[in-house]
Amino acid sequence: MMASSYSAKDEDGHITVSGPGGGTLRNKKPENTAFKQQRLPAWQPILTAGTVLPAFFIIGLIFIPIGIGLYVTSNNIKEFEIDYTGDDTSSPCYNCAQNFSWNNTKSCTCIIPFQLDQPYESNVFMYYGLSNFYQNHRRYVKSRDDSQLNGNIDSLKKPSKECEPYASVDNKPIAPCGAIANSMFNDTLKLFYNDPNGTSVPILLTSTGIAWWTDKHVKFRNPGGNNANLTAVFQGTVKPVNWHRPVYELDTDPENNGFINEDFIVWMRTAALPTFRKLYRIIQKNNNMAPTLPRGNYTLVVDYNYPVRSFEGRKRMILSTISWMGGKNPFLGIAYITVGSVCFFLGVVLLVIHHKYGNRNNSANISN
Amino acid sequence: MARHSEEDAGMAKAPPAARQRKKKPKENKTRTVHANILHDCAKGEENPNRHYANNKIKTTKYTVLSFLPKNLFEQFHRFANVYFVFIALLNFVPVVNAFQPELALAPVVFILSVTAIKDLWEDYRRHRSDKEINHMDCLVYSRAERRYVEKYWKEVRVGDFIRLRCNELLPADVLLLSSSDPDRLCHIETATLDGETNLKQRQVVRSFYDLDCEFDPLKYNSIIECEKPNNDLNRFRGYIIHRSGRRDALYKENLLLRGCTIRNTEEAVGIVIYAGHETKAMLNNNGPRYKRSKLERQMNVDVFWCVIILLVMCLFAAVGHGLWMFQYGDNRPVFDVLSPEGTNLSPIMSAIYLFLTMIIVFQVLIPISLFVSIEIVKICQVYFIHQDMDLYDEETDSHLQCRALNITEDLGQMQYIFSDKTGTLTENKMVFRRCTVAGVEYSHDANARRLAMYQEMDSEEEECMSHGGTLPRRDSVTSHQSARVVLRSQSTKSHRRTGSRAEAKRASILSKHTAFSSPMEKDITPDPKLLDKVNDCSSQMDFMRFHSQPMSQLPSDLSDIIDFFIALTICNTVVVSSPNQPRHKVTLTCSGQKHQFGQTSVRSKRDHLWTGLHNDVLPQLHSRLPLKSPVKTIEDFIKRFTPSLEQVFSPIPPSYDGKASWNLEEGELRYEAESPDEAALVYAARAYKCSLVGRLPDQVIVELPHLGKLSFELLHTLGFDSTRKRMSVVVRHPLTDQITVYTKGADSVIMDLIKPPDTGKRQKKIVCRTQHYLNLYAADGLRTLCIAKKILSKEEYACWLQRHLAAETAIQGREELLFESALRLETNLHLLGATGIEDRLQDGVPETIASLRKAGLQIWVLTGDKQETAVNIAYACKLLDPEEELLTLNTFNTNFSPFDIYSSSSPSSQSTPFLVHRLGLVIDGRTLAYALDKSLEDKFLAVARSCRSVLCCRSTPLQKSMVVKLVRNKLKVMTLAIGDGANDVSMIQVADVGVGISGQEGMQAVMASDFALPRFRYLQKLLLVHGHWCYSRLANMILYFFYKNAMFVALIFWYQFYCGFSGSAMIDQWYLIFFNLMFSAFPQLITGTLDKDVSAETLQQLPQLYVNGQNSEEYKPYMFWMNMIDAFYQSLVCFFIPYFAYADSDVDLFTWGTPITTLALFTILLHLGTETKTWTWMNWMSIAFSIALFFTVALCYNASCPACYSPSNPYWTMQRLLQEPLFYLLCFITPIAALLPRFFYRACQGTLFPSPVQLGRQLDKLPADIRRNILSLSRVKVGSPLCPKLPFLSLAKLWSWLDAHFLLVAGSGNIEVCF
Repeated sequence: MMASSYSAKDEDGHITVSGPGGGTLRNKKPENTAFKQQRLPAWQPILTAGTVLPAFFIIGLIFIPIGIGLYVTSNNIKEFEIDYTGDDTSSPCYNCAQNFSWNNTKSCTCIIPFQLDQPYESNVFMYYGLSNFYQNHRRYVKSRDDSQLNGNIDSLKKPSKECEPYASVDNKPIAPCGAIANSMFNDTLKLFYNDPNGTSVPILLTSTGIAWWTDKHVKFRNPGGNNANLTAVFQGTVKPVNWHRPVYELDTDPENNGFINEDFIVWMRTAALPTFRKLYRIIQKNNNMAPTLPRGNYTLVVDYNYPVRSFEGRKRMILSTISWMGGKNPFLGIAYITVGSVCFFLGVVLLVIHHKYGNRNNSANISN
Repeated sequence: MARHSEEDAGMAKAPPAARQRKKKPKENKTRTVHANILHDCAKGEENPNRHYANNKIKTTKYTVLSFLPKNLFEQFHRFANVYFVFIALLNFVPVVNAFQPELALAPVVFILSVTAIKDLWEDYRRHRSDKEINHMDCLVYSRAERRYVEKYWKEVRVGDFIRLRCNELLPADVLLLSSSDPDRLCHIETATLDGETNLKQRQVVRSFYDLDCEFDPLKYNSIIECEKPNNDLNRFRGYIIHRSGRRDALYKENLLLRGCTIRNTEEAVGIVIYAGHETKAMLNNNGPRYKRSKLERQMNVDVFWCVIILLVMCLFAAVGHGLWMFQYGDNRPVFDVLSPEGTNLSPIMSAIYLFLTMIIVFQVLIPISLFVSIEIVKICQVYFIHQDMDLYDEETDSHLQCRALNITEDLGQMQYIFSDKTGTLTENKMVFRRCTVAGVEYSHDANARRLAMYQEMDSEEEECMSHGGTLPRRDSVTSHQSARVVLRSQSTKSHRRTGSRAEAKRASILSKHTAFSSPMEKDITPDPKLLDKVNDCSSQMDFMRFHSQPMSQLPSDLSDIIDFFIALTICNTVVVSSPNQPRHKVTLTCSGQKHQFGQTSVRSKRDHLWTGLHNDVLPQLHSRLPLKSPVKTIEDFIKRFTPSLEQVFSPIPPSYDGKASWNLEEGELRYEAESPDEAALVYAARAYKCSLVGRLPDQVIVELPHLGKLSFELLHTLGFDSTRKRMSVVVRHPLTDQITVYTKGADSVIMDLIKPPDTGKRQKKIVCRTQHYLNLYAADGLRTLCIAKKILSKEEYACWLQRHLAAETAIQGREELLFESALRLETNLHLLGATGIEDRLQDGVPETIASLRKAGLQIWVLTGDKQETAVNIAYACKLLDPEEELLTLNTFNTNFSPFDIYSSSSPSSQSTPFLVHRLGLVIDGRTLAYALDKSLEDKFLAVARSCRSVLCCRSTPLQKSMVVKLVRNKLKVMTLAIGDGANDVSMIQVADVGVGISGQEGMQAVMASDFALPRFRYLQKLLLVHGHWCYSRLANMILYFFYKNAMFVALIFWYQFYCGFSGSAMIDQWYLIFFNLMFSAFPQLITGTLDKDVSAETLQQLPQLYVNGQNSEEYKPYMFWMNMIDAFYQSLVCFFIPYFAYADSDVDLFTWGTPITTLALFTILLHLGTETKTWTWMNWMSIAFSIALFFTVALCYNASCPACYSPSNPYWTMQRLLQEPLFYLLCFITPIAALLPRFFYRACQGTLFPSPVQLGRQLDKLPADIRRNILSLSRVKVGSPLCPKLPFLSLAKLWSWLDAHFLLVAGSGNIEVCF
C-alpha cells in the first residue's frame, strides 16, 4: 500500500519538476532506435583486391567497345580545313594580310583554290576558325551588355558600365556596346564549285539556323519589337568603332538584322579556348541524290577584313559534316579505349595480387 | 528583447558606467549595508545602498541595438571570417573584381548569419530564463504597508528585508536575522551551488538570537559592514554594528546564499547583503572555457599550407599574366580590353591587379564552409554520444553529458589517463567493515558475508535494492512539494519554482542521489561479541546511574567501548531526518523524550528551555505541522511515535523489546552526512543500538541500549579540515558530567597526538595493537579512522575556551586563529579504537582498466588517500599486477632526494627493456613535491614512463594538476583527467579532456569537466568507440575538405593557361560560390556524422584499434600532401578530358564550363564514396540529393532570366547540354579515370598492407560465431602483461591461427571451411 502510493507520488513529483523545463525530461533514457544508436542497416564495402576485381573488369569490358564505337564514328566524319591567314608569301591572302589593320575601310579580296578528295554527303557545316584569339579573357568576356542585346531601350541609350571603354563615343551610345561586339569577325567567305567543265558555280550558303534557337528568339532581341524600323530604332546610337556598317545594316533580311543577326549572335557566344571555330554557314543537302559537296575543285573567296597578325592569330575556313556526337574528334574514343584498357590491365594486376597475397596477406604482414 | 531593454531603462536610471564612477571614491575594502526602510522616503540619491547592484540578473550578451555590431565584432575575432570578408570586399574594387560583388558577399553573409542566428537564439534562451528568474516572487517588507508584500526578484535591493518560507528559493545573499525555528536555525539545501545534497544549518546573527517576539524590521537600526562581493562560497566575514555601538561578528553560518532552498524552516527573515550579479552564486558562474582539439590544431597548420599554396598559385598566375601581356608589346590585341577609363595598363600593373583578382577567384581553396561544417558535425556527434544507450545509467537516470562541444575527436586520441581513486574507481559508498576497540579486534565476519552477498547479487537485484533505497529520498521531495501546495494555496500567486532549469537539475540530483543511503551501507550486521559487550556495558551503566554511583568505576575496557560508540555517533556533522517530515519530527521526538529525561537524566543548564518547549509541543503540533504535510500523515505519525515513547517508559530494556517497534523507529531516521564515511560510522553505531536520534546546534541526542535517550550538550564542533585531517567535538557528557573531547581522524595524525604512553601500560598496549590492526586494515584496502577522546577539567576547558572565543570573534586571520585553537585542544588524546571502512570498487572497473590499457593508454592514479589503501585498491582494480615489481618512492627526510634510487634503477631497465613494463611506480605526496621540482621532473618522467602503472598517493589537488600539466607539456601527449570531487577540479581543468563523474560527490567536478559520465566504466565505450569514431570521422572529413577544395580550385588554375592568365573562370560564378555551400555539402556532413569504420562491438573487443587515433593514423601530415597531389591529379583529369573532347570546336565558355562543374561534382562525390565505409540509406539519399539539387538549380538558373547574370549569361546552357550525348559520355568516363589510382591504391592496400582498422573491418564481416571464436582467442593472447607496446602481436597470432584452420577468402567475407 505504502509502496504504491510512493510510486504514484514519485511520478507526480517528477512531472512537476521537469514538466515546464523541457517536457521530454520525464525519462532520460535514450530511445532504442537504430538511428539514435547508430545501428542503421548499412552496406559496408571493404576495398581489397578481391572485392574490386570485378569492377575493374566490368569497366574495362564496357569502355573498350564504347571507345571503339566512338572512334569509328569520329573517323567517319569528313572535315576539310584551309588556313587563309596569309603569313606566308605563297598564300593568296599575303597581300591582304600585310596591309591590313582595323582602320581600313577598303576591303581586300583573296581567292583560294582548294580540292575536296571525297564527296560530302550530308549537310556540310562551314566554320571559320581563329587561333590564338583569347575570347575567354576575363575583361573581354565581361565587356557586353546583355540587357541592351535583349532589346531594352534604356540600355540601348545608356549601356552598362561593363561595356567601358566601348560604351559610348562622343557621348553617343554604341550599339551594340562592348569589346566583344567591337571585335566581331567580319571576313566574308564565299564558296564556288569549279565544275569539271570550267564554270564556277556559287554554292548556296545558308546564313540562318547557325545560332542557338534560344539565343535568336529569347536572348537577343531588337529594340522596339520585331516590326520596327531598325534604322529609326537605332537612331542616336553609333556603330562600334571597328565596324564598317552599323548594326542595322548587317543583313538585308529583317529577320536576320540588327541584334538578331545570327553571325553577330554566334560571335557573341564567347569561345572557351583560344583556338576555336564558329559556325559560319550551312550548306544544306539537296533533295536529289547528288552529294552536297561532290569531289572536285573549289574556290574560296575571302573578303579579308579581320586582322589577326598583331596577336599572331590564324584564320581558317573549315568544312565539316557532323555526327550524333558532334564534329570530328577522335579523342573521346581513344580516351575510352585507353581507360578501358588500363582498367583491364589493373584488373589483371589485382587478380595476381589477390591470388598471391589475398589469402595469406594478413598474418604475413603483421608479423613483420 | 524589447521588453528587456525597456525594463532595463526603467529599472536602472543611472547607466552602469555612471554607477561605476560614483562607486569608486566611495567603496573601499568593505561594503556597508543599511536597512532600506530607514531610507525609503529618501529616494534615489540619499539611499546609502544605491551603489550596489540590484537583484535583477542579466546574463544575455546583447540588446536589440547592440546585437549586430557586437555579434559581428565577436565573429571577426575568428581570423577566417575577416579573411572572407576581406575577399568579398575586394570584389567591390572594379579593377580586380572577379565576381559580381553582391554575389561574392553571399557566402560570407550566409556563414555570418548562420552563426549570428545561433548566437541570437542562445541569447534569447538566456534572456527567457533570466526573465523567468527575475519574475519569481518573494516577500519583501514594505514600510508603507507595514507588512511583507510580494515582489519580483528583480525588485529586491540590497538592504531589503525579505521573509523566506519553507521550500523557497533564495533570491539573493541574505543575512539571517530571524527564524521561526526555536533554535534560531535555518536549514538550507545547497545542491545548486556545490551539489551536496545534505542540509546545512544556518544560524541567526548572534545579536538577534535571543529575540523573543517576532522580528520587526521597523525596529532594526543596525549597520552591517562586510567584505566586498567575492566568489568564495565558504567565506563570509563582517560585523554588525548596533545603535548601542555593540559589534557582533558575522560568519558564513549567518549567510543564506542565492540559489539555495530553505528547508524545514517555517519562516526566516533576513536582510539582503549581496544582490543580483554580486551574489556569490552568480560570481561563481563562469561559462565553459574554450579548448581547441589536437585535430583542429593540426588542421590549422594545413589551412596555413593552403594559404601558401593559394599565394603561390596567385603569384604564378600573376607572373604568367605579366608575361602574356608582355609578349604583345605595344600592339594591344583586340581581346585585351582596356581599363574602363580607356587607359592602357602596363604588364606589371596588370600583373599586380591580377594577383588580387586571383585571390578572389581561388578563395575557395580556403574552405569557408569547413569551419561551419566541422561545428555541425561535432554537434551531431555530441548528439549521438548523448543518445547512446550504453552510456545511460538506469539507476540514476542520467546519461553522459557533453559539456564541451568542440573536442569530441580528442577522445579518440588520448594517451594518458589520470584518474582519481575515491568516487571514480570506487563507488564512494563507504561500508563499515570492521573495527578495533581498546586493542581488541572485532572482525565482523557476518558483516563481511553480507557484503559478499551484495557483490554476488545480480545487477538486476541490485537495481531493485537501490530503488528501495531511493524511495524514501524521492518521497521527501514529494512531501516537500505537497507541503508547498498546501502552503501556497492561500497565496494569490502560484509559485513557479520549477520553471528554471537550475531547479529541474537540482531536483534530478536530489532524486538520483542515493549514494549515502543504500541498504548496503545502512544495514550493518553487528559482531556478536562486541554487541554483547555493548549491552553489558550499558546495562552496567544504567545500573550505576540508577544507584547514583560515579561512572568512573566502570571497567576501562567497557567504558572505552561505550565511549567508542558515543564518539562514532556524535563526532560528526550528520543531520538526522525522517523521510516524511525531516527535522521537525526529530525535534518533536526529542522534546517529548526530554520530558521524561528531565526526571532521570542529569540536569543541564538548558533544562528550563526544554520544559518550556515541552509545554509548547502540543500547540505547536497543531499549529505547525498541519501546514507542512497532510493531516493524515501527521496523525499517522503521532500514532507511530507513541509506542516509542511508551517503550522508554517501560521497564523492559529496548534491546529486548519487540523487534517490530525498534525497526519502525529505525526506518524513520535517516542520516545525511557531508561525507559518506561519517554516515557509515553512524550507521555502524546504530547497528549496536547506539543511535543518533537528533542533532541541534547545541545538543546531540543519542539513544543507547538500557540507558535510553541521552542528550549531550554540544559545546564546540571543530570541523574537519584537510590540514588537520581530523575533527573533534567538545561535549558535556550527561552521565559523568565531564567535559569530553571526542576526536576522529586519520590514523597517522591521531597516533601522533596520543598521550605519551608512559601514563599506563594498558594504553601503550592498546596503541601498539591498534597500530597493528590498522596496518592489517590498510592491507585489506580499507579506509582507516582512529577514534580518541580526552577529558578536560573545568579549569582546562575554561582556559582553552577563553582563547577560543577570542579567535572566533577575531575578524583578521580568524581561520588561522581557529586552526591554532583546535591544535591546542587536540593533544594528549586517549585512544579508543579504530575503524575500517570499505570503499567499494565500481562495477566493471578492473575490466575497463584492462581494456583501456590494452588500447595503449597509460593510466595513472592520483589520489589523496594514503599509500596502503591506494596500493590495495590499485591491486583490486588490476591497475597493479601481483607479478609486477613495485617501485615505491617515499621520503621521510627533507634533505633526502629520492632520485638517487632512480639513477641506480634506470640502467638495469635499459638492459632489460621487457622488464620495464612490469614495473609499477608508487609515489607519495611528499616525494611528489620533490619529483615535481624543476630540476628533477625530467628524471621523474623518465622513470614514470618506463613503468607500466603509476600511483600517486597523498597528493593534493594542486599536485594532481601539476602532474597532469607536467606530463602534458613535457611528453607532448594527450591527457585525460577523470575525477568526481572538488579536489579533482584543477586536474580536470588542466587536462586536454576533463571528465567528471556525476552524481557521487557533488557537482564541482562535473561543472569543470568537458564530459560528465555517470560511471567510470562508461569511459571504455566513450573512448574506444565514440572517441575512435569521432576522431576518424572528423579526420577523414577534414582531409576530404582539403582535397575537395583543392581539386575544385585547381580546375580553374589549369584554365589560366588557356585564357592568358587573365583570371577568367569557365565555371559560372554561381556554381563556383555555391559549390561548397550547397552542392557538395550534405554528403560529407552525413559521412562525417555517421560513418563507422569498425563496429562498436569490435572496437570494444579489440581495444588495440584505439592506437589508430593515438598515433593520428587517419590524418598524418603527409596525408594532407597526398590528398593535395591526388586533388591535382583528379583536377587534371577533370580538366583535360573535356578540354580535348571539345578542343577546336565551337563550344562557348560556359557550355564548356558547365560539364566540367558537373564532372567535378561527380568526381568529388565518388571520391567521398570510396572513402565512405558504411553506406546507410542516408548516405545514398544525401548523394542523390546533392546531384538532384545541382541539376535542379542549374536547370532553374539557366532558364530563369535571359538577360541577367552577367557576364556568364548561361541561358539554356544546361538544357542544351542534357540533349548532347557527348555530355553523358564525359560524365561517364571522367570520374572513373580520375578515381582510378585512388581506387586501385585502396584495393591494393586492403590486400597487401591492411591497417589494423581494416583488419577490424574484415573481422566485422565474418559470421558471428567465427568472430566470437577469434575474439575470445585474442582476448587470451592480448591479455598477457607484455602487450602494451606490441598491441598487434596478438592479432598477428590470431591471423596465423586463422590461417591454419580456415582458408579465409579475404574481403569477400565468405569463409570456406576446409579442414
